[in-house]
Amino acid sequence: MTAVSTASNTQVRIATIGSVDDGKSTLIGRLLHDSKGIFEDQLNAVSKASRRYGDGTFNLALLTDGLRAEREQGITIDVAYRYFATPNRSFVLADTPGHAQFTRNMVTGASVSDIAIVLVDARHGVVEQTRRHVSIAALLGVSHLVLAVNKMDLVDWNESVFDTVVTDVAAIVSTLGSSVPIHPIPICATDGENVVDAGDKTPWYEGPSVLELLETLDITPVATIDARLAVQWTLREHGGSDYRGYAGRLEGGAIRVGDQVVVHPQGHTSTVVGLTRAGTAVDIAVPGDAIAIELSDDLDVGKGNVIVVDGAQQPVDATGLIADVCWFTDTELTVGDAIIVRHASGEVSARVAAITHRLDLETLENTPTDRLVLNDIGRIELALASPLVVDEYSVNRAGGSAIAIDPVTNATIGALMIRSGY
Amino acid sequence: MSAVTSQNELEILASRSHLDRLEAEAITIIREVVSGCESPVLLFSGGKDSAVLLWLAIKAFAPARLPFPVMQVDTGHNFPEVIDYRDEFVRTYGLELIVASVQESIDRGDIPDPGPTGSRNRQQAVTLLTAIRTNKFDAAFGGGRRDEDKARAKERILSFRDKKGGWEPRLQRPEPWNILNPRIVKGEHLRAFPISNWTELDIWEYIAREEIPLPTIYFSHERTVIERDGMLLSVGGPVVIEDGEVARKEIVRYRTVGDMSCTGAVRSTATSYEDVLAEVAAARITERGATRADDNFSESAMEDRKREGYF
Repeated sequence: MTAVSTASNTQVRIATIGSVDDGKSTLIGRLLHDSKGIFEDQLNAVSKASRRYGDGTFNLALLTDGLRAEREQGITIDVAYRYFATPNRSFVLADTPGHAQFTRNMVTGASVSDIAIVLVDARHGVVEQTRRHVSIAALLGVSHLVLAVNKMDLVDWNESVFDTVVTDVAAIVSTLGSSVPIHPIPICATDGENVVDAGDKTPWYEGPSVLELLETLDITPVATIDARLAVQWTLREHGGSDYRGYAGRLEGGAIRVGDQVVVHPQGHTSTVVGLTRAGTAVDIAVPGDAIAIELSDDLDVGKGNVIVVDGAQQPVDATGLIADVCWFTDTELTVGDAIIVRHASGEVSARVAAITHRLDLETLENTPTDRLVLNDIGRIELALASPLVVDEYSVNRAGGSAIAIDPVTNATIGALMIRSGY
Repeated sequence: MSAVTSQNELEILASRSHLDRLEAEAITIIREVVSGCESPVLLFSGGKDSAVLLWLAIKAFAPARLPFPVMQVDTGHNFPEVIDYRDEFVRTYGLELIVASVQESIDRGDIPDPGPTGSRNRQQAVTLLTAIRTNKFDAAFGGGRRDEDKARAKERILSFRDKKGGWEPRLQRPEPWNILNPRIVKGEHLRAFPISNWTELDIWEYIAREEIPLPTIYFSHERTVIERDGMLLSVGGPVVIEDGEVARKEIVRYRTVGDMSCTGAVRSTATSYEDVLAEVAAARITERGATRADDNFSESAMEDRKREGYF
């Protein structure tokens, strides 16, 4: 909280990922501490907790490990969110757990992030959990991967150790066919080397510190498709007014009063005659805005409908999906299983029609399988009981993502990235 | 229209600030919960966070009316200014108000009487759960923020509560892409936190930008206080002067609104939104650390209360 942020301040969302003990929580503690994002009472609480749970040395990880079980076991179980700001940007930082058994929480943190910071312990290099997390981040489509090679002090700031990690991570990303830019930095989170300020222990490294990168990386979303709005709710005025506003969050591109639109799944066409953004009348809205649309025609529109600006890139009214899935639960997923799919355009019953393959994290090859187990990343085909209006995940994250829900326990059991709908 | 983004749109996109992003996120969450739940309610304490939450809810459904009631859990240890403010807000926006009384829970014997001067903050959970059950609410919006406390920092946007109203941090539902799972069975309920990602500074910047009305105690005024356990407590109601304590007049304001017996004032001359904003930006102690005795007992105080059904 170094400065009062201004109206032009942009918000950047970050997730720290990587294996357990690679120093994620410590790096965040260091970022918060050195950017003055920690308050005095929080610091005091950390020193108290350090005496209780640690060897007495000030433990920065205790800033984010907020649950009692986490402090007692010295691990991160669930995502912790932290907030700090520099004069130009405010940051929402999701500290995600490194243990494989909590991968679902890592997916939650990384799915909404602009930037992922991958922590790797220089002594151990890339391990299975690094491969898992980098793969998931690449599949999720973060805009940037900051590769922080940590504990460089314990390998005497050896450049070739650093280079090996960078080569290994680049290989994972390219094997998966991802083009996410990688920004490697040698750091020591415990003493802050190259975290906020450039250090003097790496004369062979001339790049920016972690914070300098976070402040400058371009995260502007690139519009690739026409505007679409998954209707969440229909606004109706009481009394004599016949106002009907279809409310939701705009994705893809801009929408204007006067635009021709198509309403999916029925396929009716209409014209935008009114727009509100956060309750105020406007004549144009851009992606990310929470808006309501008035149409010229009296159509039966509500939750489940998607209003799309008329153009070439229409979504698909799908009763079948091919999707990549991160499986979150101990119960195996097999062909024929019934699940519930919850998507921006509705919640429908579905049956697993096929399981194509799973990603082998050792070889990074797709391996044929008939089941997915906890923490597997694999490809499945689903038959839907009624249509969803979907996009491919790569062109529209909101329209291309969904969750799987267990129809018996109501637990959220998987994250779906839609590759195609039919 | 074409997918190629025009200059005008790029300029609008670039002009969307962190507050715009937070506002859109909160409105989207509020609308999603209303469409996914049968009978939601919004918890309105009269504090600044719930004022922002209510403001966002009104904007989410404008020009239509708010499609759910607001509920205050009344500890009986209220600042009178906050009750006046609550009633004025409800009248101005034509809202339906439900008041759930801690005193009634005490009178019924649901909770032990902490005595006239004891804090009723923790007891609120029982009253809240009773009110949720009797009114058959399946979701309760709260103004909780993740930067308030380390247990809150771990909570999901949609927080599942079991039949006893408890929170189990190890069994939270993952929320990839902020896709919320509102499915519950009878007797369970959800807490929804649309302003999870707001900081105290964001709250004040937004209040100043939108000119959201607040109770007068958030701004500097003269008040008779005593100093107890390092906190300035307002004399009157549940706060009785004890031996050795000296009442004196101070120029103060409040950073949070809670039970009078455990909510401390801070010395301040901030009389406007802008003054408060400058003060918050310069603060070195969190609002809860500075002014809430109930959170300072142990490092797991908030986690324990949340497990019992607290906000």
